[in-house]
Amino acid sequence: MDQKNDPKSFGSRNVGMLTLEPSSCDTPNSHARHPRSMARKKVRLPKQESQQISDQTSWMLAVRDARDRQAFGRLFDYYAPRLKGFVMRTGVPAAQAEDIVQEVMISVWHKAAQFDPHRAQVSSWIYQIARNRQIDVLRKENRPMPEELMQDEVQTEDASQIIALEQEADTLRQALNTLKPGQRDMVEKAYLGELSHSEIQEQTGLPLGTIKSRIRLGLEKLRHELKDIRQS
Amino acid sequence: MTSITHHISPPLLAAYAAGTLPEPYALVVASHISMCDDCRAALGAHEAAGGAVMESSAAQAVSDDLKARVFDGLDIAPVAGPVYQKSGVFPAPVMEALKGKPPKWKSLGFGVRQSVISRSAAGSVRLLYIPGGQAVPEHSHNGLELTLVLQGAFADEDGRFGVGDLEIADDDVQHTPMAEVGDACICLAATGAPLRFASWMPRLFQPLFRI
Repeated sequence: MDQKNDPKSFGSRNVGMLTLEPSSCDTPNSHARHPRSMARKKVRLPKQESQQISDQTSWMLAVRDARDRQAFGRLFDYYAPRLKGFVMRTGVPAAQAEDIVQEVMISVWHKAAQFDPHRAQVSSWIYQIARNRQIDVLRKENRPMPEELMQDEVQTEDASQIIALEQEADTLRQALNTLKPGQRDMVEKAYLGELSHSEIQEQTGLPLGTIKSRIRLGLEKLRHELKDIRQS
Repeated sequence: MTSITHHISPPLLAAYAAGTLPEPYALVVASHISMCDDCRAALGAHEAAGGAVMESSAAQAVSDDLKARVFDGLDIAPVAGPVYQKSGVFPAPVMEALKGKPPKWKSLGFGVRQSVISRSAAGSVRLLYIPGGQAVPEHSHNGLELTLVLQGAFADEDGRFGVGDLEIADDDVQHTPMAEVGDACICLAATGAPLRFASWMPRLFQPLFRI
């Protein structure tokens, strides 16, 4: 990894909670790649690997690629109650929380083309949509968003990269569960949107570094594909 | 874009992911991420943490008709707003804030220009144009100041800031940035409270060439 991009260089002045730790399994070649050309409508992963991809990701891919309403129903059954619970934790009453859940789930359907399992888990992707919606509803503001990376018609799925990202997310969840109650409370408050940036200071040691590396690989893959498409 | 060396700090990125960052700062952060894959990946990591918190929230049963209401909404195409893209040195979030129009520059003297994008109680965000070799005007501000370089470069006590670099300055930081000789330096700068023009306008008439 380019030393200039080492996560250690992030915000030397302000490093506190949620530090991005550099990872030991950080090299781009630490996992096998299985490049394959596949039309977007026909995402078929080898059987062995598809068994390891989470149900949630498989449902989301079916929604994205086949506009599969049954898979969307499963996503709804899984995420809607959790999302409602999450939104209610921020102090939003049940009825208004359901309005937000409704709008977020409809956005999941309409924005499905933007979902890239090499860069995000379904839960992270939905989290991001939900926070935007809440900012819009509660503060009447639009959160400025980074430029979307263009995805083209053809997209190849790299099951090993998807699985590796899911494993990193599992590790992160476990780390969250093993935090001391006070620390965990701070982390949850931060992501629930209850702390200002200056309040987000306490060290928690969340292992965000490895997951960041995985997402970086997903970005590199996307850039690489876009280059191939432009050159072909 | 491996030349970017000054990135968004983890607390700022976490606050952006959670949506608690005031809009002027969020615009600078979104602009930096548009230019920096490292911070885009780091944002993804924070979103994964947010997703984990969401997913581990105690599930609340939803109303019987919610699923039907959601399915009813699937066939109604959302009203798509315009999608803005990077234009010249201005990243997409800046173009969106400018509603796709070129910035309206106002002269501040000595070739220095500014274009205020927004100004509110939450703070202000502006574009600054500093001719090469000239000092960035001194100004007072309350709280955090974020400055993102879009063209050229400037240097101060904290180092050199080139295209894509983000300077994070607390209100106690004394810095006297100088635009590098060569191309004019164009920056996107956000502050926590409106800049106090009265105090810094006269300073423009003081010698600007000091380090």
